[in-house]
Amino acid sequence: MTAPNLNIHLFRGLFLVAFLAVWEGGSGWLVPEYFVSRPSIIFLNLWEWASDGSLFFHAGITAIEAFAGFIVGGTAGMTFGLLLGRSRFLADLFEPFIMAFYSLPKVALAPLFVLWLGIGIEMKIVLTAAVVFFLVFLNTYTGVRNVSRELVTILRLMGATEGQLLTKVVLPSAITWVFAGLRISVPYALIGAIVGELIASNRGLGYLLSSSAGQFNTGGVFAALAATMALAFILNVAVKYAEKAAMPWKAADGDREVAI
Amino acid sequence: MDRRTPDVTSEADLSPGQGALIEFRDVAKSFAGPKGQEILAVRDLNVTVGRGKFIALLGPSGCGKSTLLNMAAGMFRPSAGTVFYGGEPVDSLNTRTGYMTQNDHLLPWRDVIGNISIPLEVRRMPRAEAHERIGTLMDLVGLTGFESSYPSQLSGGMRKRVALARLLAYDPETLLLDEPFAALDAQLRLAMQGQLLRICHQLKKTVLFVTHDLDEAAALADRIIVFSARPGTIRAIVKSPLPRDRDLLRLRHDPDYIRLTADLWDLIAPMAAAQTGSEGHAT
Repeated sequence: MTAPNLNIHLFRGLFLVAFLAVWEGGSGWLVPEYFVSRPSIIFLNLWEWASDGSLFFHAGITAIEAFAGFIVGGTAGMTFGLLLGRSRFLADLFEPFIMAFYSLPKVALAPLFVLWLGIGIEMKIVLTAAVVFFLVFLNTYTGVRNVSRELVTILRLMGATEGQLLTKVVLPSAITWVFAGLRISVPYALIGAIVGELIASNRGLGYLLSSSAGQFNTGGVFAALAATMALAFILNVAVKYAEKAAMPWKAADGDREVAI
Repeated sequence: MDRRTPDVTSEADLSPGQGALIEFRDVAKSFAGPKGQEILAVRDLNVTVGRGKFIALLGPSGCGKSTLLNMAAGMFRPSAGTVFYGGEPVDSLNTRTGYMTQNDHLLPWRDVIGNISIPLEVRRMPRAEAHERIGTLMDLVGLTGFESSYPSQLSGGMRKRVALARLLAYDPETLLLDEPFAALDAQLRLAMQGQLLRICHQLKKTVLFVTHDLDEAAALADRIIVFSARPGTIRAIVKSPLPRDRDLLRLRHDPDYIRLTADLWDLIAPMAAAQTGSEGHAT
């Protein structure tokens, strides 16, 4: 993990400018504008939504759904992962059921959630939570199972209780896995929220997306996609910061010179 | 002057009865091999360790010395025979022992201070008292200045020192040490050996000290148990003629020490020769 130097930033900028230029120039000539719109039109669309506030309103709705689902699903996933990771019996008991639900595409549950909760924000939160739950659960479970038995034994010899083992060895040791689960959950949380909005809603970035498409406004579709991307980026950065704060020893590890 | 002579026996006559703290009675241990076959690690172990004694277990790698420590700590039970601790058979983790293994087993997510304080947290020692104790231990093992380093930032020798400080922090009745100083340089090892001896005698610790280093065994122990190669069994038990308050720095000039190491050498050399012979380089 080396810090990207100035050069790489420059090349990235150049690539982006070239890409947008080709898009702008090629639209209507290489590819019909109806299919790909133009960066300038997309930007105008975004500007319009931003100036009348609707962009932040819809993005805020989606962010709340994704975030709430992320928290609910993540907390439940961690709790169950910890519980089943520590108890052989519970793990054996629930394993086939969990695997059955895990193989089910969670998006297929959306109609059921609409039946139960209506088309409000709750349905999107539950859908997002269902998607996030399994990712975090499986990672936490694996993490808890991978805790070094030697470390646990050393602590037991010191007379540590089960609770102390949990807080001093199992949790810190599993946290790397938990964060791996959380990190891969970010895009999936957005999938839950956006798909929920696509299915049934009158607000959120998913709604912007589908209503723009309904009006054959390609520029609007791309603008909504760009906003979704920005939201995903922000959520990713947030998780990364949380990870760094929760695991300072990892940062120390990354900075160290490699020697073998 | 009366010459103290090393007392070499093959009998397990280590102060039995009154002061006995650990006893291995007819102990054997076998493990399942890679193909499911039984591999005998140790057999016919009869050892009695008196309270407050410093016992060195000397022998080649893979002769089951560590197995002995594991059984004393109650990590697993012997396949045959019984291990007694304080008169009771050991049948679960023995929390009266502290174990320092060849791997340091530090917690990678805690810095040096955090690692040393683990046993004190487990025992819920008040923060101020714990802080003072950790400070003393850091000085003792020479870790001052590395308080907030993580294990991944330390060298192997430094990690060993942290592990030793952690072990001393929780102050168990018996110390099970598995080649604790193997990774240290000669000077530091000498210093640590001196500290260990002083601490153990002062606090009347019982110590089982595994090493394959003849000099280390001779320098530290009250008694040295010499193991044969696998399946490990006791070849001889040598009583050290050296006084307990020995001066490690002067040992190499002590005729008793020289004789002791020579005697140990004579016990080990034939085994080494036999091993070389079996590999086809016989003389």
